[in-house]
Amino acid sequence: MSELDIVGPQLAILLAAGAVLVWDALLPTRRQYLPYIALAGILGAAIWTSTWVIRGDFQTAFDGTFAIDQYAVFFQYVFAGITAIVVIASIDWVNRVGRRQSEYYALVLTASAGLMFLAGARDLITIFLALELSSIPQYILAGWGKDQRSSEAGMKYLLLGAIASALLLYGMALLYGFAGSTLLTDISAAIADSGAGNRSLLIVASVLLIAGFGFKMAVVPFQMWVPDVYQGAPTPVAAFLSVGSKAAAFAVVMRLFFEGLGEQFLSNDWAMIFAVIAAVSMTLGNVFAIVQRDIKRMLGYSSIAQAGNFMIGLAAISIAGEHFVQGASGVLLFVAAYAFTNLGAFIAVIGISQKIGSDDIADYAGMWKRAPLLALALAFCLISLAGIPPTVGFWAKLYVFNAGIHADLAWLVIIGVLNSVVSAYYYLAVVRQMFMGEAEDEQKLAISPTVALALGVATIGVIVFGIIPTPLVDAAREAAAIFAAS
Amino acid sequence: MLTIEHFLTVGALLFCLGLVIALSKRNAIGVLMGIELMLNSVNLTLIAFSRFSGGLVDTSALHNKDFPPEIGGHAFVAFVITVAAAEAAVALALAVSVYRNRQTVEVDQLDLLKL
Repeated sequence: MSELDIVGPQLAILLAAGAVLVWDALLPTRRQYLPYIALAGILGAAIWTSTWVIRGDFQTAFDGTFAIDQYAVFFQYVFAGITAIVVIASIDWVNRVGRRQSEYYALVLTASAGLMFLAGARDLITIFLALELSSIPQYILAGWGKDQRSSEAGMKYLLLGAIASALLLYGMALLYGFAGSTLLTDISAAIADSGAGNRSLLIVASVLLIAGFGFKMAVVPFQMWVPDVYQGAPTPVAAFLSVGSKAAAFAVVMRLFFEGLGEQFLSNDWAMIFAVIAAVSMTLGNVFAIVQRDIKRMLGYSSIAQAGNFMIGLAAISIAGEHFVQGASGVLLFVAAYAFTNLGAFIAVIGISQKIGSDDIADYAGMWKRAPLLALALAFCLISLAGIPPTVGFWAKLYVFNAGIHADLAWLVIIGVLNSVVSAYYYLAVVRQMFMGEAEDEQKLAISPTVALALGVATIGVIVFGIIPTPLVDAAREAAAIFAAS
Repeated sequence: MLTIEHFLTVGALLFCLGLVIALSKRNAIGVLMGIELMLNSVNLTLIAFSRFSGGLVDTSALHNKDFPPEIGGHAFVAFVITVAAAEAAVALALAVSVYRNRQTVEVDQLDLLKL
């Protein structure tokens, strides 16, 4: 019973996924309540997670393969927030599409449960299963639309995702062969025991693991799918993909590499891999984002650049030594900040694109006059993505860069700062287009209340945590502290 | 006498073969076959490690007694097979959906999403 208690938040969400399907089968005339059932499940998960925080009695379950600790709790809150905002923002779109409403919510919830399992997974099999539990529904969702672009996006996402999982699995098989166990703690003990003698095997395994997770994180050179899938997938799904799987991949990479492969002689090697990937991702992502004319593709390339920013933090942690917690909490802060900022930007795009029927940045001209609140919210989210105060994105970048400086990665931080300047150019170009551009059509846009609610929650989060970042910083620090203790 | 090296070599070769197929085939179904080959080579590797347990270094003293390594690899393979089946089901469904729209499943003709 106590083990079911530990995975309670995930069970609550899976239960809601089942309930949505049953409700649709039994009461097909009451479809309008489906999103509320989904939200109830997410709320249940958040409350269950809170009971663990109140109990303060963190423990592992299922022979140590799954843990609930400050780190897992932090990410469970982030994923619950992401899923709730995505469900609210989808309501309008799902009603308009009209078909298979319950399946849509069930798939979003299943993927969300997979993400939450990833946050606490401490075993290779559990990590693999949780990753696929979150990925397979996302493949289906990317191909959800009836048009050609959507099914093409789904197909590309699935084929590349499956190749990435196969690479990841081969890396896991090598690790298992090395340690004779799938538990991260056993792997860590085996590495410490064997010394540097088997370094080459471990580096091959690390590279395969980075390749597999790099696909989910969308870093160069595993980024080809990002712009295509973001553009082709329905916008609410693209919003979910852009933050959910990226945040989960960073969550699991931190746990896997610091709990499992954290031995000093090894960590210096993969820290350099992370540093190089960070530099290349930021530069390529930003350069390609500048020339985009489709706002969803632009956000796709910008998300590659943002993943590069996360990677600075990852590289910093492993080199930092006593500044360890600073780097780790920087990454966590960045993940949370990015999640809400990028969701906000995508939801604003949902609101605008649905009405004007175009994703072209040129068509956003004069949006300030046509939909002032949408334009203002999108502007705040883009400013936060660029890392300009007073938004949460500024603090996230500040912490990650600070961690990089402490880890003697000044060259990487300089590249990061230069890239922030480049990214400010194309983010602010959209803002300028909305506020200074002349609209061809002066007609006001009506926003649906659900989209406005989701956008309001995300944007208020961006601004409030931008002005008072302390609670979020403290939560990130507490979550990161578990690695320092182990 | 068959040793673990034989199994690992076959596994590694099959994996590379699968990767080459997956990256070079133009037909989506062909890509899927390459992926299946990669997954099965992983299965072979896992089973070999599991069968010749102890791995490449002797870590028997470290093992959690409640979680014998011999079962770890076999359990992993069971999950990989299951997930591969689920993935193939979704992939074929998406292939049907693409075919309905485009009358083709050639990957290099899926080029609507470009700059």
